[in-house]
Amino acid sequence: MRTAIERAAANAISVEKALRMYRQMIRIRLFEEQVNDLYTRALMPGLAHLYIGEEAVAVGICEALRPGDYITSTHRGHGHCLAKGASPDRMFAELLGKEAGYCRGKGGSMHIADPATGNLGANAIVAGSVGIATGAAFSARTLGTGGVAVCFFGEGALGQGLVYEEFNLAQLWKLPVIYVCENNLYNEYTHFSETTAGDILTRGVAFGLHAESVDGQDVRAVYAAALPLVERARSGEGPVFLLCNTYRYHGHHVGDINREYYRSRQEEQEWKSRRDPLKLLSSWITEQKLAAPEVLERIQSEAQAEIRKAVDFAVSAPYPRPEEADQDVYA
Amino acid sequence: MPEAMRELTFAQAIHEALAEEMRRDGRVCIFGEDVAEAGTPFKVLAGLVEEFGKERVLDTPISEAGFTGLAVGAAMTGMRPIVDIMFGDFITLTMDQMVNQAAKVHYMSGGAWKVPMVMRTTLGATRRSAAQHSQSLHAWFSHVPGLKVIVPSTPYDAKGLLKAAIRDDNPCVFFEDKMMYKLKGSVPEEDYTIRLGVADVKRAGNDITIVATSSMVQVALGAATMLDESGISTEVIDPRTTWPLDEKTLVESVKKTSRAIVIDEGYERYGVTAEIASVIAEGAFYHLDAPVKRMGAMHVPIPFSPPLEDVTVPTEQSVFEAAKRMCGR
Repeated sequence: MRTAIERAAANAISVEKALRMYRQMIRIRLFEEQVNDLYTRALMPGLAHLYIGEEAVAVGICEALRPGDYITSTHRGHGHCLAKGASPDRMFAELLGKEAGYCRGKGGSMHIADPATGNLGANAIVAGSVGIATGAAFSARTLGTGGVAVCFFGEGALGQGLVYEEFNLAQLWKLPVIYVCENNLYNEYTHFSETTAGDILTRGVAFGLHAESVDGQDVRAVYAAALPLVERARSGEGPVFLLCNTYRYHGHHVGDINREYYRSRQEEQEWKSRRDPLKLLSSWITEQKLAAPEVLERIQSEAQAEIRKAVDFAVSAPYPRPEEADQDVYA
Repeated sequence: MPEAMRELTFAQAIHEALAEEMRRDGRVCIFGEDVAEAGTPFKVLAGLVEEFGKERVLDTPISEAGFTGLAVGAAMTGMRPIVDIMFGDFITLTMDQMVNQAAKVHYMSGGAWKVPMVMRTTLGATRRSAAQHSQSLHAWFSHVPGLKVIVPSTPYDAKGLLKAAIRDDNPCVFFEDKMMYKLKGSVPEEDYTIRLGVADVKRAGNDITIVATSSMVQVALGAATMLDESGISTEVIDPRTTWPLDEKTLVESVKKTSRAIVIDEGYERYGVTAEIASVIAEGAFYHLDAPVKRMGAMHVPIPFSPPLEDVTVPTEQSVFEAAKRMCGR
């Protein structure tokens, strides 16, 4: 066991951390598979944008955060919310529009927010939350809480001018904010190379942000990159920009099934078979002999039970009363 | 009326409200272009940075969307920011942050998050500033659930309403008529606030009700004096906030007078006058002796040349004539 700990230390994570990250990633994967199932069975209204394939980004980053740190999320936000500590039962309840949901059924899949876990909200406007995250960092610095804010956004958000206004403000005011760009290669149905001129990383560098890129399929790499960047922001050295290269296994949303016109099945298969974040971590754990395969299996079956229970809770939970529609418009 | 009164200008009343609230609450801060040493082009904020420092009076880049969005996040996490949008025309640059973010955060989160922020901006034409520095766009925000919209018309109201807005837990937009900054009026020295959503009867009368907002209140009062000479007794009501809207006071006044003109410097089409006229028509229908008359900005981009610009907004004379006609005189 000692050697295992030593090996883990060499890779900057403990056995506990590795297993915890595996657990978190598998919870997200199973959660999203259930979303897909609920949606295709017409139990879930609205839209569903699945995070499957990108789990290592949310988990690697959030594992480097403290409970009091803030995040903002995106329309593809279930993974961020879970990784920051949201509970699957209340998340499913929100996805199904139930009273017990995080937003009492008023937000749905794209708007899950939870003050208890520092989640300022998923956001259905691309780049819509970049200001909110930067403002949360302003509060943290001004109020001296020692907190940081992480702003998750996809590479599609790089098309929005607001991103650069916030980079500029955050750097001028040395705000403790970590801008995490998840480049899953596709702005909805369009490859990012058709929408993104120049180099992504230098867009942060141009504003003086400390900028790095990382393999977003390797949760250990994401975590190892995030840890010093988060501490850098926390210590007052200003904002950072972390580009995570990743891949969206499913379509833009659940209904985006025939995708051949914008990407090949072969491309999808290659990412799934060779670059899967769960497989990469589980193989590493096994190869390094940090834990026996049965341990990973147990984690998986525990997560399965948790997710199944959460779905049951949400399906049987009551809808809000119609009188609830005009409540919470004003505080 | 409170006892210790002084004469202050509209600008001084706003300045005093900001200074008092910043002294009272360390979480109140100001973001905007040229708000610190410059004190804004209108000089409304002059001196605040000397008292409160650059940590609380923050000059921003020319990034209206950027600093408004930043304020939304700061408001959600413990600050009570005030953003300064120099000209009301520039609110268009902040629309996503105000309409999709600030206005909806509380509702979308099921009441979990709050956005206690204030946007201060301006309205009003006749400053010879042309189409991009002269609009009165308060109707845009009044249309959006989740926002409160304040349109003060006197120094007294400006101070009390602004203090109420700063203490409110919702995003509030405060529109100042830039032509009114030098208007003087009585303002008490002691602390007071004015509840948002309560109209004020600026002048009591029996024959006709003129509902007027912001810049148009002075116009309405001027017209009312002229109408006195024609033997027409005019009631002038100032809603003070376009949302929440004090529908009861408006309807009760028109039930008494049976005639109503609604004037507002925004565009008539789909504007504040349309909403208020509809409220009156619905609430006082059986008391009306004439259709409710609306007077707002002409439906054109505001022209530059003075003789052109002057005909685009209601004046004392045009309101006087409309009221006289409505009263059959």
